[in-house]
Amino acid sequence: MTTILKKPSTFYEVFTRKPDADKINTHYCPGCGHGKLHKLIAEAIEDLGIQDRVIIINPVGCSVFLYYYFDTGHIQVAHGRAPAVATGIKRVHPHSIVISYQGDGDLAAIGGNEILHAANRGEHITVFFVNNAIYGMTGGQMAPTTLPGMKTTTTPRGRDIHNEGYPLRMAELIATLDAPVYVERVALTDAKNMAKARKAVRKAIQIQVEGKGFAFVEALSTCPTGWGMNPPDAEKWINEVMTKYFPLGVFKDISDKVEPVKFEKKILTAEDIKKAIGVNGSEVTQVKKYQRNTIAEKYKNPKIKIAGFGGQGILLLGLVLAQAGMLEEYHVSWLPSYGPEMRGGTANCHVNISESEIASPLVSIPTVLIVMNRPSLEKFEGTVKPGGVIFYDNSLIDIEPSRKDVEVVAVPATKIADDLGSTKVANMVMIGAYIGYTGILTKESIFDALDIMVKRKEFNELNRKAVEAGMEFVV
Amino acid sequence: MPKQLMKGNEAVVRGAILAGCRAFFGYPITPASEIAEAASLLMPEVGGVFIQAESEVAAINMLFGAASGGVRAMTASSSPGISLMQEGVSYAAGAELPMVIVDIMRGGPGLGNIAPEQGDYYQVVKGGGHGNYKVIVLAPNSVQEMCDLTYLAFDLAEKYRTPVYVLADGFIGQMVEPVEFPEPKLPQIDKTWCVDGTAETRHNLITSIYLAPEELEQHNLKLKKKYERIKREEVRYEAYKVDDAEVILIGYGIVSRILKSVVDTMREDGYKIGLLRPITLFPFPEEKIRDLAKTAQIFFVVELSTGQMVDDVKLALNGMREVKFYGRCGGMVPSAEEIIEQVKSVFEETEKEIEHQR
Repeated sequence: MTTILKKPSTFYEVFTRKPDADKINTHYCPGCGHGKLHKLIAEAIEDLGIQDRVIIINPVGCSVFLYYYFDTGHIQVAHGRAPAVATGIKRVHPHSIVISYQGDGDLAAIGGNEILHAANRGEHITVFFVNNAIYGMTGGQMAPTTLPGMKTTTTPRGRDIHNEGYPLRMAELIATLDAPVYVERVALTDAKNMAKARKAVRKAIQIQVEGKGFAFVEALSTCPTGWGMNPPDAEKWINEVMTKYFPLGVFKDISDKVEPVKFEKKILTAEDIKKAIGVNGSEVTQVKKYQRNTIAEKYKNPKIKIAGFGGQGILLLGLVLAQAGMLEEYHVSWLPSYGPEMRGGTANCHVNISESEIASPLVSIPTVLIVMNRPSLEKFEGTVKPGGVIFYDNSLIDIEPSRKDVEVVAVPATKIADDLGSTKVANMVMIGAYIGYTGILTKESIFDALDIMVKRKEFNELNRKAVEAGMEFVV
Repeated sequence: MPKQLMKGNEAVVRGAILAGCRAFFGYPITPASEIAEAASLLMPEVGGVFIQAESEVAAINMLFGAASGGVRAMTASSSPGISLMQEGVSYAAGAELPMVIVDIMRGGPGLGNIAPEQGDYYQVVKGGGHGNYKVIVLAPNSVQEMCDLTYLAFDLAEKYRTPVYVLADGFIGQMVEPVEFPEPKLPQIDKTWCVDGTAETRHNLITSIYLAPEELEQHNLKLKKKYERIKREEVRYEAYKVDDAEVILIGYGIVSRILKSVVDTMREDGYKIGLLRPITLFPFPEEKIRDLAKTAQIFFVVELSTGQMVDDVKLALNGMREVKFYGRCGGMVPSAEEIIEQVKSVFEETEKEIEHQR
C-alpha cells in the first residue's frame, strides 16, 4: 500500500501571505522542529473537524508567521503576551478553539508571568511550547531553557549557572498548579517520539474542544542553525542530551476527572441591562416633589467643608447632604479626600448645594464648615468665608473657634449620639444641627436620602432619631 | 429619566455597559480601583467578562485579545499602570483594534502619589508607545461626562478602529454628582475584520507586522490619513463666555471646573475673560484657539502639571499670541482665588504695557 503524502487541509495550499517569491515552502531552516509541530497541529485540527473555530495566537520568535501557513483565524501578538491575548479572545468567544503557540524565550522568559497566570486560572486554551534551548530568530542567544555549559551568542563561554542560573523546566512548573488539566513534554525527533507527540497534540486540543480546561504541551525541538549542527545530529542531541535535563512524559493528566464546562450566552433586553446595573429605566417617571424651606439669603448656595477623623462617618455626612440636595432639585457635588492613606487619619469632603450649575466642586473657602475633631478645626477654621458658619462637635473638641467674623455653633454631637445609644450617629446629629440651624434642607429629604444611601436599613431608625436630636438641639 | 447620584469611577462602568461593553480586564490601582470593582460586580450581571489580570501588561493584552474578537472591551488604570500598558496600546494602534482605556491620573513620576494630577498628558495624548500612532483622547470634567464620554468612546473606537482614552484626574474619578444615563446599545460584531471562531472570519488576521518596508510605510500612511480624518471630524470643546474675552483661560478635567468659577467671579468684577475647555485632547481644538486669537490677546493655560498641554496651545497659536501658564502638581490643586490672583496680574501687566505704548 502506498501512502500519499498530502498537506492537511488546515494548511493553505499556497502560502500567499508569505512576502517572498517562494509560496510553497515554509520560511523555517532545514531540519527545524517548528514545521513538524505545525504539521501535527494541522492534522489534529483537520481530524477534529474544528478548522472554522480555531484562532491561533502568533507569538514573537521564529513562529511569528504561523499565519502564513494555517488556514484559520489569527492574532499576532507582542513578545510574551500570547497567553494573555488567548485569555481575552477565549473569554469573549468561548466556542472558539484558541491555540497559543510560543517559543522558549517568549513563554519562559519575557512571558513567564502571563503563562503562569493563564495556567493558574485554568484558561480553556491549548498551549504549545517549543523548547529548542535557544533564541532562534534573533540569532542564537541564551534562552531560559539553554542547558548549563551550552554556548550561545550571549553565553560565549557556555551558560554559567552562577551567572545565568539554571534552565527552567516549564512543564514541571506548570504541572504543580491545581488548574491545568493536562501537561506533557514530548520530543520532535524520531518516529517513536513523533508518534507520542502526535497523540499529545491531539489530546491537548481535544481537551479544549470538550470544555475541560487548560492543556500544555512542551515540545523539545531542533534548531540546527542555532546549534551549529546538521539535522540528524540535532535530533540525536535532543534524544541524548536535552532529554536528560528535560525528561519526556506526562506530568499531569486529570482529563478523565474534570467536568466539562458548558458556556452559555446571556441574551438581555435593554430593560434587563438597566435593571442589572442599577440605572433608572424609563419606568421611573414619577419624581417626588419636596417642599423646600424658606432660607435666609446667607445660608443659600452653601459651599460646605466637612472634616474629622476617619471612621466618624464624615464622608457619609457629606453624601447624605448631597443626596438630599439632589432630591430637592438643587445642583449638588461631593468630593472626598480619597485613598487608603486617609483611613484612620483625617477625612474631609467638599459638598456644594446650589441653585445654579456648580462650576468648581472644590471648596477652598467654605461658607459652612462642619468639624468633628480638633485638628480639623485648627486646620480649616482660617479658611471659612467671613460671614460663614462653623459647626463643631464640642463634646470632642476642647477649644473654641477663635474667629469673630463668622457664626459659631457648638453641637455636643458625640454626647447626644452616646445618649441615643451609639457614638456612630454623631455625624447624623451634625446633619440635624446643620439643617435645623440654617434651614437649607428638610428633614423629609434627609430621611429619604438616608434610605437611598444607607445599605443596612435597620440603622436608619437610629439615624433618623439622631438627625431629629440635632435639629432639636439648635432650635 | 430622573438623575442618580454616583461616583465618577462607577459612572464609567455603567456608561461602558450601556454602550455595549461586555469585557473588562484590569489590575487594581488607586485612584482607579473603583472602576475594576464596579466592573467585577456588574459585568457578570450582563453576561460580560471580568478578569483581574496579573499585571497591567497582561490586562492590556487580554483587552487586545477581546478586541480582536470584535466585542466592545475596556480596561482602566492610573498613571504608572498606563505606563506599563503602552506596549499594548502601540500594538493595538498598529493592528487597528477598537478598545477603550480609562486613565484616572495620579501624581508622578515614579510611584509619585495617589493624589490627582494631569501629568499623563504627554504619555497619553502624544502616544507613550513606539511608532507613528495617535489615539483619540476624551477628557471629562464631570460625573455626567465620565458616563457620556465613555459611552461615546466605544463608538469612536469602533468607527475609526483605534484605541480611545478617557483621560480623567483623580478628582473626576472620585467625585460624586448627579448623572442621567443613556439608553443601552446592543452592538453587533463586525465580522469583516475580527476573528471570532466562525467560518466567516476564518481568513481574518489581526496583526501589526508589515515586514516589507514599502508595506509598513503604506500602513503608516494609511494610519496618518485616519488621524487626519479624526482631526477634521472629531474635535470637541466647550467655549464659555469667550465672545468678547481679552483673556482666554484653557484647562481640561477638574481644572476646567475651577476655571469656570474663575471666569464667573472675574466677570462679576468686569474682566473680559472666557474659558476654552478641550473635550478632545487629540484631536486638539487648534482651529478654535486660532479663531479665538482674533479677539483675545492672551491665552492662559492652567494644568495640574508643570506644563504639558500648554505645548499644544503654543503650537496652535504658533507665536500669534502670548501664552501664559500656571500649574500645580504633586496633588496640589489651585483654588479659584489663587488663579484669579495670577490672572489679575496678567491683566495689570497688559494695562501697563498698553499705557507704556501710549
